[in-house]
Amino acid sequence: MALVNILRFFKGRKPMDIALTALVWICAAVTFIALLSIIGHILYMGVGHLSPELFELVYTSDNLSMLPAIITTIQITGLALLIAGPLGIFTGIYLVEYASRGSKFVGLIRIMAETLAGIPSIVYGLFGMLFFVIFLGFGFSIIAGVLTLSIMILPLIMRTTEEALKSVPDSYREGSYGLGAGKLRTVFRIALPSAAPGILAGIILATGRIVGETAALLFTAGSVPRIPENLSDSARTLAVHMYALSSEGLHTSQAYATAVVLLVTVIFLNAVSRLIAKRFTKG
Amino acid sequence: MKFREQGMKAVFLICAASSVVFVFLICLFLFINGIPPMLELGVVNFLTGTNWRPTSTPPSFGLLPMIITSFITTAGALVLGVPVGICTAVFMARVCPKPLYRALKPAIDLLAGIPSVVYGFFGLVIIVPMIRDIFGGRGFSVLAAIVLLSIMILPTVISISEAALRAVPETYYEGALALGSSHIRSAFFVVLPAAKSGILASVVLGMGRALGETMAVVMLAGNQPRIPGSLLEGARSLTANIVLEMAYATDIHRDALVATAIVLFVMILTINLTFSFFIRRGGR
Repeated sequence: MALVNILRFFKGRKPMDIALTALVWICAAVTFIALLSIIGHILYMGVGHLSPELFELVYTSDNLSMLPAIITTIQITGLALLIAGPLGIFTGIYLVEYASRGSKFVGLIRIMAETLAGIPSIVYGLFGMLFFVIFLGFGFSIIAGVLTLSIMILPLIMRTTEEALKSVPDSYREGSYGLGAGKLRTVFRIALPSAAPGILAGIILATGRIVGETAALLFTAGSVPRIPENLSDSARTLAVHMYALSSEGLHTSQAYATAVVLLVTVIFLNAVSRLIAKRFTKG
Repeated sequence: MKFREQGMKAVFLICAASSVVFVFLICLFLFINGIPPMLELGVVNFLTGTNWRPTSTPPSFGLLPMIITSFITTAGALVLGVPVGICTAVFMARVCPKPLYRALKPAIDLLAGIPSVVYGFFGLVIIVPMIRDIFGGRGFSVLAAIVLLSIMILPTVISISEAALRAVPETYYEGALALGSSHIRSAFFVVLPAAKSGILASVVLGMGRALGETMAVVMLAGNQPRIPGSLLEGARSLTANIVLEMAYATDIHRDALVATAIVLFVMILTINLTFSFFIRRGGR
């Protein structure tokens, strides 16, 4: 009987239409159920495991504190952005404001950026180890990790800067030239401020990428669980900390708690990036 | 004044050239460290050998099991993830009611931002036990890695496919409607084919992500260096091979791992170049 009712409901619609509509709804449902189950599971299981001893200043094998890892993460993120930020933004400025359209050099840089963007993080990690750790003799250190990550996030910052600058109308620049400003002044006073929200959104995405990175850091920054005192100390970020905890297989509850902190950070960064981008399209 | 203009222009140029330098450095250091041992072991032996015993005497370095495993996990993730991803993209671009869209769009961005180690942990506590319960065995298997990777490539496939679908001129859709096609048929048989180069791009990027993923695969796939006999057996991908042994590898063993990275690097480069070749030809 139920089948008859369902058939009656779909009367007049072609079976193919019904099947296709059902298909897209089901696929969308699968996607979002997967996402919700990951976030829901981690938060539900993990929040209860967040205890004060996980946030003690000194890591011991008893408390498994994640605070040193959090501080390391902040330091590494800040330093990597300090290097890759100007480099990526200046590259974007060159590509949009200075290079002549369709020049060979621009084509070359674009291919190189695509190549960099496609390289897996473990290959970055290996390169960082061969170049920074061994060849330049930095040893396992946060500076080796920072430099490796800077190269890794460079294409992301470059591309978002390029897109943001491209979306600034040419009339802005023409107006600036018309008022007698030079090229440099036009770039820094007119083009860059107009593109700032787009660039910022890209930088926040890059931050998220650094916070979540593990493979590129294992063999560059290493995995010593303490607060680094200087750039040549080895230290682990939160993601590396989490890998260490879960690969040992004995510290599931601490791993859950670390996952919560990582996940909340990523959710927060995504929200901020979205907010900035939205203000950008409105203004 | 003139000096400052020219000076800053030079600074911008140098920054722009840096990415060329980085790619050069990466190639240089990988090849210097990885090519000589590859030649020493014999390129064919290295790529087609089936035994990976780096610590036995004499050691043997056969990469074929890892190449096959990387191929299987990537292909599996595409088979599971791409149809779901494309259908979700059609849903997002053409079917989804607006209020729902405002909630779902950030969710997809979030899916892209979740760290791979968190994905891996989720797989460890959910997917592995699930496979153990349903199929038996230890659960650490190629299948577990495939299931997780198919989820991980979803955001890439969805967001790029959706952008491609939205870039199709509205007149295509309206023309199909005017010829008597229904809403969903127009979306599937007119808009979707028109967006095929963008959708192909999303698949290629998804492939790159699956092939290059390290942590999630290491945590789920079991990591035995052998050719998996079935999807339920454990196996080791190229990425996992590097991460598992790099910490203690020395001499020729270490160089063999760098050579592993070269194989991975060349595979991904080939995929990307083939893809941009097709895009350029399609654009003509």
